[in-house]
Amino acid sequence: MTDYLIRGADILGRGAGDIAIKDGRIVDPDLLGAGAETIEAAGLVALPGLVDMHTHLREPGKEDAETILTGSRSAAAGGYTCVHAMANTAPVADTAGVVEQVHRLGRSAGYTEVVPIGAVTIGQAGEQLAELGAMARSAARVRMFSDDGICVSDPLLMRRALEYVKTFDGIIAQHAQEPRLTEGAQMNEGTVSAELGLPGWPAVAEESIIARDVLLAEHVGSRLHVCHVSTAGSVDLIRWAKSRGIRVTAEVTPHHLMLTDELVRTFDPVYKVNPPLRTAADVTALREALADGTIDVVGTDHAPHTAEHKCSEWTAAAMGMVGMETALPIVVEAMSDHDFDFGDLARIMSSAPARITGASGHGSLEIGASANIVLIDPNRSHTIVPAEHATKGRNNPFAGLDVATDITDTFFYGHRVLAEGVLSTPHPAGASWTDQ
Amino acid sequence: MKHLLDTASLDREDAVAILDIAEEMALVSQREIKKLPVLRGRTVVNLFFEDSTRTRLSFEAAAKRLSADVLNFSAKGSSVSKGESLQDTIQTISAMGADALVVRHSGAGTAHRLAHTGWIDVPVVNAGDGTHEHPTQALLDAFTLRRALNGFPASGPVEEGPRGRGLDGAKVAIVGDVLHSRVARSNVHLLARLGADVHLIAPPTLLPWGAETWPVTIHYDLDEALAAEDFQAVMMLRVQHERMHESFFPNAREYARLWGLSAARLAVLPAETFIMHPGPMNRGFEISAAAADSSRALVLDQVENGVSVRMAVLYRLLTGQEETND
Repeated sequence: MTDYLIRGADILGRGAGDIAIKDGRIVDPDLLGAGAETIEAAGLVALPGLVDMHTHLREPGKEDAETILTGSRSAAAGGYTCVHAMANTAPVADTAGVVEQVHRLGRSAGYTEVVPIGAVTIGQAGEQLAELGAMARSAARVRMFSDDGICVSDPLLMRRALEYVKTFDGIIAQHAQEPRLTEGAQMNEGTVSAELGLPGWPAVAEESIIARDVLLAEHVGSRLHVCHVSTAGSVDLIRWAKSRGIRVTAEVTPHHLMLTDELVRTFDPVYKVNPPLRTAADVTALREALADGTIDVVGTDHAPHTAEHKCSEWTAAAMGMVGMETALPIVVEAMSDHDFDFGDLARIMSSAPARITGASGHGSLEIGASANIVLIDPNRSHTIVPAEHATKGRNNPFAGLDVATDITDTFFYGHRVLAEGVLSTPHPAGASWTDQ
Repeated sequence: MKHLLDTASLDREDAVAILDIAEEMALVSQREIKKLPVLRGRTVVNLFFEDSTRTRLSFEAAAKRLSADVLNFSAKGSSVSKGESLQDTIQTISAMGADALVVRHSGAGTAHRLAHTGWIDVPVVNAGDGTHEHPTQALLDAFTLRRALNGFPASGPVEEGPRGRGLDGAKVAIVGDVLHSRVARSNVHLLARLGADVHLIAPPTLLPWGAETWPVTIHYDLDEALAAEDFQAVMMLRVQHERMHESFFPNAREYARLWGLSAARLAVLPAETFIMHPGPMNRGFEISAAAADSSRALVLDQVENGVSVRMAVLYRLLTGQEETND
């Protein structure tokens, strides 16, 4: 493996310095041998490789929309060195066999660390617990469980799941959506839905589940992760829960930090997503919550869909947006009016998600850490062009938007998988990189 | 004006122009040959993804009176459930040669989408999209109201007519299932833009969340509203019986008792108050037979005017002209 000296990068925005990579780890630059390749990084910012708690890589089962290889390349292009793959595959990732398959495919792809998320219930059907222990003890070492887009709405089942995963310090990631309150829902319930006549998805359907779940988590002393928080009311509930010492973490997507339900007036299904785009007041509250730490992480909810599932009438279209390749520039844009520096960016996109999920190889630029690093150029304006992206999904709602920040290099366990904005070779160590 | 997709974006000038052209079209009905040659050689496609015999017939009659060829395509259910995408359906029809599309679909926004995707480049008329809008229904309601409130026959040919006017100062009540009604949404926008004072009367469950931001006055109690306001017209909306199974109201009996236009309520209405209904009516539910059959009911005038208004819309979109040159 090539060793590298990254020279003159602004490290975490705290000032210029050098980062040395030797045998896949960050080392003291004095220890580098003569053969190391030097990367002149003046003007670039070095952050720990990004960690995404929420992606849909679609394999097994929906390989026409994305594969673990294309999704991994998309992750590397977006600066992600670790992504968590949601359980809503076909078959559902509800057994050790399926999560090991996802884990193995991620390793053979070699562009990012793919960590499967196990389903909470068999077939995401919300009736019977899946074999959480078997998935935890499998080679995939699953720690986070979620029924993804299907809320674990049964309160007793949710309680049991929260309790059970304490066995292995697991965490339940909940898609908070009260099913009865959202039957047939097509967009945020508000003044726009009233006018457009599209069935509404009210904020209370998210907030009532979060309220219940934080109380359950408090009662049983378990860890709860709230996926893609989308409303101002949810932020208040999470802030309250944290003030009580409840072990809850929360996530927000780049699109909920940037876009509002006014876009549904176009009836373009690229804006159809679940939870739906909310109001400007919600966007403001989410940004503030991300800045003040109430919301812990940005997760993309990267959801590639084939053209035939998006190029249709609004009501027939699939929900979801891709996001890994544009997440960081979008978050920078969204937070530009806040006191939010590169250290904060590293926290919410790398170290915090790494800590929550137990992804020990990620989230740090300290000497001795695995060399999972992203270099970004904060002054490289460009226009977002989904057709140029590595993901198979073209359903990116930010098409045509000009952003200031670009991702230039991604180092994945010391291997430069993205070099000057161009995807390179996968990690040469095959399946063994994480065994160091 | 390239398409007619909604009344939300229809300005007063365009709306009045359509109503005025419709007055011209109404004159055609008194001719021996009830046809104008203006769209000869043009093809209007009625694309109905949702059953609606009445609306389709009205559009068909309108197109034929303008001498257009009419193709009817009906596909029940969503295009996806048929295995054919909306895009393929539209491009197939486009390949057969269509000069205008009249679209009815169960999903809100479908006509809007067809007009903006680039799959087909012809004028699109929204003939009802989900619970979003039904702009030609609102235009025919406005046409009927403009006639009746200005003392003209509510339908039929009128040489002078209320040309150029709006509905300024008219007080109109829309009663019933606003939540699921594309007719109500289109009427709220259009009547308000024409200057009417629009009141919505419905149980809170059948009003959309956020309706208080609309240019309307909202009442929950029908009797109180009828006592407090001198409505010049009361428009009853169709209510589907199935809504009671979704707990929007307890049952049909209670709905009829509280929000139906019963014979008793008809009796307390001012004598000059007109009664409207977009049809089809549920007699004995949202409207009593006494009200539906009363001399103040404009229901059949609405149907008749529908043809004139749709002629005006097709004429305007396909010729881009303000007045008939015939």
